[in-house]
Amino acid sequence: MNANTLKILLKKEVSLIRRNPIIPRLIIAMPILVMLIIPLVTTLDVKNVGVAVVDNDHTELSRRMITDMNASEYLSVTGCYLSYDEAFLQIEIGKADAIVTIPKNYLRDLTNGKRPELDLKANGVNATKGILGTQYATMSIAHTISQWQAEQGINLPMAKSNAMNFYNPTLDFRNYMIPALMVVLLILICGFLPALNLVSEKETGTIEAMNVTPVGRFEFVLSKLIPYWIVGILVVTVGILIGWLVYGLVPEGKILNIYLATILFSLVMSGLGVFIANQSKTILQSIFMMFAFIVVFQLMSGLFTPIASMPQWAQYITYAIPPRYFIEIMRAVYLKGASLADLWIQYLSLTGFAAALCFVAASTYKKRA
Amino acid sequence: MMDKEIVISVKGLTKKFGNFTAVDHISLEVHRGEIFGFLGANGAGKTTAMRMLCGLSFPTSGSGMVSGYDIISQAEEIKCHIGYMSQKFSLYENLTVWENLNLFATIYGMNSKTIKEKTDVAFKTLGMENVQNVLVKEIPLGWKQKLAFTAATLHSPDVVFLDEPTGGVDPSTRRKFWEMIYRASSEGMTVFVTTHYLDEAEYCNRVSIMVDGHIKALDSPARLKQQYHAKTMDEVFRIVAKDAKRSD
Repeated sequence: MNANTLKILLKKEVSLIRRNPIIPRLIIAMPILVMLIIPLVTTLDVKNVGVAVVDNDHTELSRRMITDMNASEYLSVTGCYLSYDEAFLQIEIGKADAIVTIPKNYLRDLTNGKRPELDLKANGVNATKGILGTQYATMSIAHTISQWQAEQGINLPMAKSNAMNFYNPTLDFRNYMIPALMVVLLILICGFLPALNLVSEKETGTIEAMNVTPVGRFEFVLSKLIPYWIVGILVVTVGILIGWLVYGLVPEGKILNIYLATILFSLVMSGLGVFIANQSKTILQSIFMMFAFIVVFQLMSGLFTPIASMPQWAQYITYAIPPRYFIEIMRAVYLKGASLADLWIQYLSLTGFAAALCFVAASTYKKRA
Repeated sequence: MMDKEIVISVKGLTKKFGNFTAVDHISLEVHRGEIFGFLGANGAGKTTAMRMLCGLSFPTSGSGMVSGYDIISQAEEIKCHIGYMSQKFSLYENLTVWENLNLFATIYGMNSKTIKEKTDVAFKTLGMENVQNVLVKEIPLGWKQKLAFTAATLHSPDVVFLDEPTGGVDPSTRRKFWEMIYRASSEGMTVFVTTHYLDEAEYCNRVSIMVDGHIKALDSPARLKQQYHAKTMDEVFRIVAKDAKRSD
């Protein structure tokens, strides 16, 4: 390892990145935009589920059920219809997502202790909306009934309500998303930039000028990896600042732990980027190959869907996906205030991946064809 | 000339890409301080052969030594003792003139004091004192080529390999470029140069002419002209290369 060579190569990389007309702006603007917009628009919370009601009971209770549903911020009653078919038409034309049918003599049967049944049907095309919509409607109706009972001073067996809490899903989901978005940004920025950087050296021919010098493989590859520690830290810092200033979310744990994981993960991604660049002759090839990895990383690392709900065989695969560990660290440090001691397995795994990928990046870099 | 030390020697050097034999069993020797012209038609295999000598490409078969090191097993040692200027301009366009020279000189292990001294001399000779801190992409082609040559020779290598160094430049710039080559040669550097300009071949001590991967002729320009009863190297080249199949 020649320190002078590494130093001059790093200086060259930093100058080239700084003089690039797009990249320095991208490194700052992309995290800002993503952190400002995505937490607001990607929410699993379902609002305004359209409910078509078929009221066959026509009592005070049934009318109150309808008014209460309409008052809920999650539901909106599209109208009352005389028959099920008419209500179904509303689903077909896309106005309603669920149908609530209140049977004839519902109030009478209820008062007589007969446990009458309400009929709830949902459009399953948008599964999340369908499932959550019927849950919201069930809860709204149960709430109306229990209120009604309290007012009338009667106690009926039907009075048990659903156990699901009406916590504020929007806020919770944001807290869950913000650390994950920083992971997405690092995957994209620290994965693509080094790959594109190295392949563009191939395309312009400067790599040949390097390969014909006695420059060491390790020095050269390290000079492609190290700048992305700094880039990674910049990106995460922007993310933390926006999380705090805009969403009021402050990491519960130590910021240093976040930075340590960031450096390790930047190495993992840039090592992968250089490895991909080594296999590619053109920028197009490298972008395509990088995408293949990124799609798997995004969808299987637990970013958007919990690993615990994947099939068992898929869960085993996630152990081989480095962002999995980084996401666990980010969420645990951010939301639970976890320490290095709690997360040593994750840190160790990331270190292992970082070392392995840097080694692969350096050993697949060939100065000779 | 013959009693001089040999810096490049190659025997049966061959490079195949699949079924295509780009370089087919070539053998040659180059002496220290010589200007060796490596001529050939387009696609004759000049660049491929040169890349093998520089340790950028593995030979399929054959053997050779450059500057006392084996071209197969000691490529990295060779790289410490040679300079290479590729056909395509390949300095960093977004670095300044000085940053480029400093980068390559540092990689070749020169210390900052020597680099400063040598670049000062180089800038003065080239009349480039005022553009030291200008980005390379902003200087004209003629200067870029002089700069690339300087980057390849600043560390005083044993051999400098030049792959069509004067492609696309005007006659007066070419003339000045050859003055640089002579200066390097007079300092003891061996120059291994490919070119398509046959007038440039006359400036070489010895030339070889490659046709379809083979070396068809190898001698001093004067002897070649005598041998082929030609007045100029241009004529010699046309006689030797008339049966070439790869160029069109």
